[in-house]
Amino acid sequence: MNWTAIRSIYIFEMFRFFRTIAQSFLAPVISTSLYFVVFGAAIGSRIQEVEGVSYGAFIVPGLIMLTVITQSISNASFGIYFPKFIGTFFELLAAPISFLEIVIGYVGAAATKALIIGVIILLTAFFFVDFSIAHPLAMLAFLVLTSISFALFGFILGIWAGNFEQLQIVPLLIVTPLVFLGGSFYSISMLPPVWQTVSMFNPVVYLISGFRWAFFDSADVPIITSLLAILLFTGTCLGIIWWIFRTGWRIRE
Amino acid sequence: MRNIVEISNLKKSYKGGFEALKGVNLNIREGEILALLGPNGAGKTTLISTVCGITTATSGSVTVGGHDIIRDYRAARSMIGLVPQEINLEPFERVINTVRFSRGLFGKSRDDGTIETVLKQLSLWDKKDNQIRELSGGMKRRVLIAKALAHDPRVLFLDEPTAGVDVELRKDMWDVVAGLKAQGVTIILTTHYIEEAEAIADRVGVIAKGALMLVEDKDKLMARMGQKELEVQLTQKLDAVPDALRSDALRLSDDQKALIYTYDTRAERTGITTLLADVAKAGLTLRDVVTRQSSLEEIFVNLVNNDTDAEDAA
Ligand SMILES: Nc1ncnc2c1ncn2[C@@H]1O[C@H](COP(=O)(O)OP(=O)(O)OP(=O)(O)O)[C@@H](O)[C@H]1O
Ligand SMILES: [Mg+2]
Repeated sequence: MNWTAIRSIYIFEMFRFFRTIAQSFLAPVISTSLYFVVFGAAIGSRIQEVEGVSYGAFIVPGLIMLTVITQSISNASFGIYFPKFIGTFFELLAAPISFLEIVIGYVGAAATKALIIGVIILLTAFFFVDFSIAHPLAMLAFLVLTSISFALFGFILGIWAGNFEQLQIVPLLIVTPLVFLGGSFYSISMLPPVWQTVSMFNPVVYLISGFRWAFFDSADVPIITSLLAILLFTGTCLGIIWWIFRTGWRIRE
Repeated sequence: MRNIVEISNLKKSYKGGFEALKGVNLNIREGEILALLGPNGAGKTTLISTVCGITTATSGSVTVGGHDIIRDYRAARSMIGLVPQEINLEPFERVINTVRFSRGLFGKSRDDGTIETVLKQLSLWDKKDNQIRELSGGMKRRVLIAKALAHDPRVLFLDEPTAGVDVELRKDMWDVVAGLKAQGVTIILTTHYIEEAEAIADRVGVIAKGALMLVEDKDKLMARMGQKELEVQLTQKLDAVPDALRSDALRLSDDQKALIYTYDTRAERTGITTLLADVAKAGLTLRDVVTRQSSLEEIFVNLVNNDTDAEDAA
């Protein structure tokens, strides 16, 4: 393993993040605050409690997940697509590093950024609502695992994308709806039975449910199912990346 | 001399079947400067990209310092620095960071001393904290060179390093190249400027249509392919070449005040002695005698044209 190279990629990517610190932090913090104001305060004042917690607190895990997932994907996909777009990708190909090292560097940086933003949102949430975290370690583990797995997914997206439109279309058309319909703002048990069944095909449901369990010790699906779901997703992404690595798909002519 | 890069029967077909390299064999000697000349689309960049690991060969093999570029890619690539033809840099990045990054990518620990030396060598030190977008085109090209040199490569590929670079800067670049050669770095450069090859190369390779037409010592190449001209300047103006001197090799200069004799430097007898004797016999008075060697450019144009002619005829 060429750890020096991995560290170089990681640091370089993190620098880009800190250079655009305003966009990187402010945008998600502001939008989350808006969610709290609109959903938490305005709507929450009418919905009293969901599964024994105030609505404002109930949406916290979902909001963090929403942001962490979208941030992981966009950071990682953009991070690897950008060098392809401006033509600096050749440098990675000509360097004495393996594809695995490239993945670790870029995915690591993307996941870290998402994680940082996730934590910031968590802290922001404490300003708006009162809540405590039932299983802090599990919560952290879920956050880390989610960041990494969706950063892997974003990396694949960035390798696949041939232009900026393609880069944005998948998050826009597939990921965002899945996340919104994944129970960020409601409990699956609030839905009619048919939609509950449909929801079971949405992988994000398992993530949010598991994450919410870490907060409030109650969940839509058993925690072990949530864990398996995210491991399955991570495994699939790793498999695809391994395949890209083997074939050089969209990387080397 | 040891070969530091060995390319054997290298073929490359791009998607869609276009054959950009048609079985290239080339040994590059340690410490030399090899200039690759060839018209647009000849396959120069493809050749370099394949050796550097940016594109994969369809068949054939390449070793760098004895390391196969596929099986032993880490060792092979560690020795190589690449300056690509296109200027690809992150516009908002600072010069020194992007150079440091390149060094790190090659697994070398951060070494600000080396980076400083490289940047100073390329007259970029005072721009080290500037963003790339604040640099001129020539400076950007030098940043690319700095990035390629950041990990102390033993073999440096320069893909048209002086395209779009002014005359003065080009001379600077040649000095940099000469300095690297003095440090024992092997340099392969592609260029469209024949005077560039003529000025700095030890050997010259000519590529056309994906095939290596020839590789020769520059001096030998010019001596072998080059014809020399002897200009016999006269005190008087002539209407035509005097009958007594008439031969295919002799013609009158445009200003009619000199006879130009073309001869082959390789020939046993160049015919110069006879010519000068005949000139005297014809009653002409010599003012001066000048010899001229044909330039690499003429050789190059001849070579590429002959090839096209041959193909047109076929
Ligand atoms: N990615 C690619 N896909 C398909 N064909 C390509 C690709 N890259 C290069 N080619 C073709 O391969 C041939 C050789 O291209 P190459 O870039 O190696 O030429 P070159 O000698 O470097 O030319 P120039 O002097 O213009 O830089 C050209 O005909 C080009 O169109
Ligand atoms: Mg080229």
